[in-house]
Amino acid sequence: MSALTEPRHYTSELNYLNNGWTLKSWLLTKDHKRIAMLYLISITVFFALGGLFAAAVRLELLTPPGDLMDAETYNKMFTMHGVIMIFFFLIPSVPATLGNFLVPMMVGAKDLAFPRVNLLSWYLYVLGGIFAIYAAVQGGVDTGWTFYTPYSSTYSNTAVIVTAMGAFVAGFSSILTGLNFIVTVHKMRAPGLTWGRLPLFVWAHYATSLIQLLGTPVVAITLVLMMLERGLRIGFFDPALGGDPVLFQHLFWFYSHPAVYIMILPGMGVISEIVTCFSRKHVFGYPFIAGSSLAIAILGFFVWGHHMFVAGQSTYASMVFSLITFFVAAPSAVKVFNWTATMYKGSVSYATPMLYAMGFIGLFTIGGVTGVMLATTALDLHLHDTYFVVAHFHYVMVGGMVMAFMGGLHFWWPKMTGRMYHEIWARISAGLVFIGFNLTFFPQFILGYMGMPRRYHAYPEEFVVLNVMSTAGSSVLGVGYLLPAIYFIYSLYRGEQAPPNPFRAKGLEWETPSPPPTENFLTTPVVTEDAYAYAEKEVKALV
Amino acid sequence: MNKAMPLLPDSASQFAPEIDRLMGAEIIFSVFFTTLIFLSIGVLALKYRRKSEEDAPPHIHGSLILELAWTLIPFAITLVFFVWGVHLYFRVYTPDPSAMEIFVTGKQWMWKIQHPEGPREINELHVPVGRPVKFTMISEDVIHSFFVPAFRVKNDVLPGRYTNFWVTPTQVGKYHLFCAEYCGTQHSGMIGTTYVMEQSDYEKWVSGGEESMTLRGEQLFSQYGCATCHLPDGKGRGPSLVGLFNSMVKLQTGAVVKADEAYIRESILNPRAKVVEKFQPVMPTFQGLISEEGLLQIIAYVKSLEKEEGGAQQ
Ligand code: HEC
Ligand code: HEM
Ligand SMILES: [Cu+2]
Ligand SMILES: [Cu+2]
Repeated sequence: MSALTEPRHYTSELNYLNNGWTLKSWLLTKDHKRIAMLYLISITVFFALGGLFAAAVRLELLTPPGDLMDAETYNKMFTMHGVIMIFFFLIPSVPATLGNFLVPMMVGAKDLAFPRVNLLSWYLYVLGGIFAIYAAVQGGVDTGWTFYTPYSSTYSNTAVIVTAMGAFVAGFSSILTGLNFIVTVHKMRAPGLTWGRLPLFVWAHYATSLIQLLGTPVVAITLVLMMLERGLRIGFFDPALGGDPVLFQHLFWFYSHPAVYIMILPGMGVISEIVTCFSRKHVFGYPFIAGSSLAIAILGFFVWGHHMFVAGQSTYASMVFSLITFFVAAPSAVKVFNWTATMYKGSVSYATPMLYAMGFIGLFTIGGVTGVMLATTALDLHLHDTYFVVAHFHYVMVGGMVMAFMGGLHFWWPKMTGRMYHEIWARISAGLVFIGFNLTFFPQFILGYMGMPRRYHAYPEEFVVLNVMSTAGSSVLGVGYLLPAIYFIYSLYRGEQAPPNPFRAKGLEWETPSPPPTENFLTTPVVTEDAYAYAEKEVKALV
Repeated sequence: MNKAMPLLPDSASQFAPEIDRLMGAEIIFSVFFTTLIFLSIGVLALKYRRKSEEDAPPHIHGSLILELAWTLIPFAITLVFFVWGVHLYFRVYTPDPSAMEIFVTGKQWMWKIQHPEGPREINELHVPVGRPVKFTMISEDVIHSFFVPAFRVKNDVLPGRYTNFWVTPTQVGKYHLFCAEYCGTQHSGMIGTTYVMEQSDYEKWVSGGEESMTLRGEQLFSQYGCATCHLPDGKGRGPSLVGLFNSMVKLQTGAVVKADEAYIRESILNPRAKVVEKFQPVMPTFQGLISEEGLLQIIAYVKSLEKEEGGAQQ
């Protein structure tokens, strides 16, 4: 932190974006806002790449026989789709872009606690990404993003080690981001910003960071063990070498279940900000939303066995994991009810971010209730590893997190770039995303219950109608994602100048120019009120 | 099988209607709460839509009573599903003692099935209607998963370890058999057909003149030289295997273990792991020498030794 000296005098034109135009001023920047932009560009590239792989998968599934590509290519397509979407898009999506940009601003700080570490985390991410792309160029990988042993460690003939290396390195980037957020929230809050006044976006990122810090090392070690077994034939998981294949699943899901909360909690933080701003209301049940984030982060570490109900796990272990999973569902439901209640007696605007937020609440609810079905041990006997699971996790990941990411991107775009996007086009594409998403993934619930297994290159004739619907929907969804890329870029050149607070939102990030100056605030802000103080007068509680 | 676009898969085991019923209950619950949320959002968004930029909504903090209500009520309902589900789940893993056994070996990319009476089949499964069937399954390579949607049950098939489940087929017909755990290139080709047959047809089918698993096991037993050490009278270098199955074995370490399928398999592949009391660890390992199917046959033979006093199968 170099800025102990008096802040420079600003004309309103000097901001973090025009403070240096050279490539070097970007690639060696320590400004969290520029690093957020670097992340935004890189994850967009990976989202597009992952989307192309998804398109290949959906096209193949248009017809029952495996006719478009051979089985091995298909397997590589869904694996690289999953690996890229999870490790290189969804995990960094909200935290590394919006979180990076906004957490320091929301706590009234000039930067994150460790700006150099922040830059390092981006470079680690890029290095991991290079591994992943190198693996794709090497001919790809076909293990599924879950890398189950002994297939990955012994039988696959593809670029497993390079891909796992990519995920491994990207994991460190995630750990560093988490560490940075935790220290920042503890140490760098502005005067008057007590824990009870923190925006829920910050609470959500705090909870996420805990998971990143505690969980990611476990998956890192697991991947290393798998690579050792594959490279040096040291037996951990392959029974032929004296290992236990199910041990891999325990270790993998010990991280990867909490990781699904890394992939949703930050999105929930975004939704809390959007729903309050566009209802002009204090959030309903602040302590319950904040507390439920922490509850999810902690309980999330004790449910991993729900991925293994049919994997030869003891029935008593399954029973306990199922029960704890039901417990973790409750705090998620709490959030949904509180957001909905926040709209009560509000002044609800239908601006684009709010459309995404309403979409999120609805789709996340569907993702949640189908999660309860999967958590029911007996139902999982039938549903496990069918398209029902594919539908469920897309409802949570895409219907949830990607909707939140898009909503947040629209909400803070004026702040981040100083430009307004085209509102009508934005609403149209939000509508397309909602329709396309449901058309793509709802039929998959039925397919799953009908018995179609996931990761199938070819499938029996009777599943064709639902698969055609799904592929049709995915093309609508694709257009819905493509439009924002166009109007966002257009807005950079032709968009209207954004005022500091176009949506009349509360929160420190809105009290500084758009785009913000490098030091974020011209003078250190002092906080004197709760978050979401949208109303002047206090009225009695609802019930 | 249904030709049009059915919304329910065929139903052919005693568990199928039960799982459908539980699923139905959860669907009702889910539709109720999802509709509640969608309707609330819709109604609130319409009723309280922004009328002017100067709208000044009231400040509402929250409500403890509401929080408790919408946490505890859905949670209590889901607990019913939990108990219901666990009850059913335990039954799937508690085979009927009278169940007939069928042995499944998964292998990239085919299902090999053995019936104790003799017949072996690939990618086909014949079972009689109305009789409990217990599946004992193992993989020769990677993890697979044995899935018959019409039974509403699947279970992973692991290398190095037996897994089980059981069903009673209830409906004569032809159903899918899938591999549900991704296992490599031809995963989606690792499929087959399940034939649920009338009992009498099954009897005819099964007695097709092939030699039984026990008989094959006995041949392997002498072929691999087991018989030279394991004499039925216990006077060889190894213990007599007569009456071994399901008995309690005392080990050198003093521990006592139950001689189930997994124990016998381990004794053959890794004899040093559990050495029987009063015996020298001289048994060679047969790791890599006997196929998983062969092992199942030997186990079937060892099991048969317990039926008659003196192991007089010969
Ligand atoms: C060189 C002699 C020898 C041969 C050949 C041999 N075994 Fe053994 N086996 C032993 C001895 C000695 C023990 C007891 C010590 C131990 O547990 O390792 C034993 C133990 C066992 C046990 C555990 C018995 C118990 O009472 O718990 C089983 C089962 C078994 N053998 C099966 C086989 C089979 C099947 C084969 C052939 C594939 C075979 N053995 C070949 C010597 C032999
Ligand atoms: C945008 C449109 C998308 C479409 C049409 C799509 C389609 C699919 C399909 C059809 C599969 C199943 C492949 C199979 O099992 O054979 C799949 C798997 C998967 N998708 Fe997507 N997807 C999309 C977006 C996303 C996004 C945004 C994410 C995460 C952020 C994601 C994460 C995953 C994961 C993790 C898998 C599992 C991969 C595996 O089985 O190894 N998808 N997707
Ligand atoms: Cu999980
Ligand atoms: Cu398979």
